[in-house]
Amino acid sequence: MPDIRSEIDALFVDYCAAIDDMELERWPELFCEDGLYKIISRENFDRGLPLATMLCESRRMMADRVVTMRQTQLYAPRHLRHIVGNIRVGDHGGGGEIAVRSNFLVLQTLLDRPTEIFSTGRYLDKLVRQDGRLMFSERICVFDTVIIPNSLIFPL
Amino acid sequence: MTAAISNRLDRSWPEQGHARVPYWVYTDPEVYRLEQERIFAGPSWSFVALACEIPNPGDFKRTDIGDRPVVVVRDDTGAITVVANRCAHRGVQFCQKDHGNTREFMCPYHQWTYDLRGNLIGVPFRRGVNKQGGMPEDFDPASHALQRLQVAERHGAIFASFDPAAPPFEQYLGASMLGYYDRVFDGRELRLLGYSRQRIPGNWKLMFENIKDPYHASLLHVFLVTFGLFRADQPSEVRMDETGRHSVLVSSRGEQKLNETTGAMKSFRQDFKLSDPRLLNPVKEFAGDATVVMQTLWPNLIIQQQSNTLAMRQMVTRGPAAFDLNWTFFGYADDSAEMTERRLRQANLMGPAGLVSIDDGEIMEFSQAGVTPYDDESGLLEMGGRDTEGVPHMVTEAAIRAFYKHYRLVMGI
Ligand SMILES: [Fe+2]
Repeated sequence: MPDIRSEIDALFVDYCAAIDDMELERWPELFCEDGLYKIISRENFDRGLPLATMLCESRRMMADRVVTMRQTQLYAPRHLRHIVGNIRVGDHGGGGEIAVRSNFLVLQTLLDRPTEIFSTGRYLDKLVRQDGRLMFSERICVFDTVIIPNSLIFPL
Repeated sequence: MTAAISNRLDRSWPEQGHARVPYWVYTDPEVYRLEQERIFAGPSWSFVALACEIPNPGDFKRTDIGDRPVVVVRDDTGAITVVANRCAHRGVQFCQKDHGNTREFMCPYHQWTYDLRGNLIGVPFRRGVNKQGGMPEDFDPASHALQRLQVAERHGAIFASFDPAAPPFEQYLGASMLGYYDRVFDGRELRLLGYSRQRIPGNWKLMFENIKDPYHASLLHVFLVTFGLFRADQPSEVRMDETGRHSVLVSSRGEQKLNETTGAMKSFRQDFKLSDPRLLNPVKEFAGDATVVMQTLWPNLIIQQQSNTLAMRQMVTRGPAAFDLNWTFFGYADDSAEMTERRLRQANLMGPAGLVSIDDGEIMEFSQAGVTPYDDESGLLEMGGRDTEGVPHMVTEAAIRAFYKHYRLVMGI
């Protein structure tokens, strides 16, 4: 039985790599079939307002998002770099779900300017084991950077 | 007057009139300063809040008109007051919270205190301490209230004006624009769904140009075009009020099929299907055939109805080269749980991560970058002719021309 912390660490590293290395098609694969991915501002989250900045209610909705990022949306080329830390592993909930919280920092680099802090906040995750593999059943990204520097194109 | 302002700006508009937009209007700090004075602090109505954001006595919200911070607050009688967020004593921005509930406002610097209508009700040490100091005998708190703005509320949306000369709100919109406004704001109670905010590195007028420009929607927005949410071959119209300052783009949803028009659009993707179609599952909820009505209200608001996603897009200027776009998404208090879910899903189309609106945010950034070094050049607005009349189609830039016709009048340039 591998150590749960190192398994979680490996999943998070994989998540960041899928986005930062632009292997976006791998991103939905880290979620279970009916997984939830939500990006919500701290302002809405704290006030109990339901509006999300990005809402995907299934792996297929995430895959649709990836297709739009690749094929339909217009945006200036950029690189993202995700830094994740302060990982706190909570209790195993019912159904074998593991609650995990962590902090994220996303740096954005456009071609013609210095790197900027694009967003910072926390991940509120629920992880499950399916087919012997740890995956997200839920990832809620609550971002402190309420005024978004123009466009949020890729997952946080 | 006009001549004096022109001299102050030392600028002249191209001789082709509103069929051209000189690029200095997007960059000149003096133009920006004059816009604050004449447009945002002038006799116009700026959107500040939905009534459902501040439902209870003492509820307040902080926002801005142009670049002037204001506070919107509801008092015990239910009446709305809008005040400048600037202490009458030494100018401190006394309110630092975005929203909340309070009995009074107190400036933290010298604890000057105001009631919910902006009246000055407390000045510490006004009579001095141990008979020393204090305010002069003739100091009258009644003449040192917070600066109060004019307030207009219609069917759940609140507008404010710095200038007492602003005409009555209904008259300001005009009959035809009021009709489109009342289509969404029909008197039903609203429900706040949440906010999105983004800072767009472009001049605020680029946002109005964008929403008044149906020409681009069929070309830039692959997602809209492909799913028939807004496309040149669909029944549509562009209408303005008599002054040209407000406008609407109206359209009806079409199908995802290849025809003569979609064939000419490089952006049309006949084979693109959503693998989870729950994202686009619109239902008809308004009278008439229109499924999209984008209304721009001078000087700071876009009322968005695209399918079942409703939002106020409020612009807050941040200097000539940036503005904040504050999106307030809402539904109706009597929406079913299913309808609320639908609105929240369709919100994926809009906002800083919107499947459609990302394109616009990025284009405005590219526009600002393109025009900034070229004060002597100007943009061309001749699609659909050179006039400023409304038309029953999308292949026109008439609403942008109408906007600049009014802009020039107000600015005296
Ligand atoms: Fe657009």
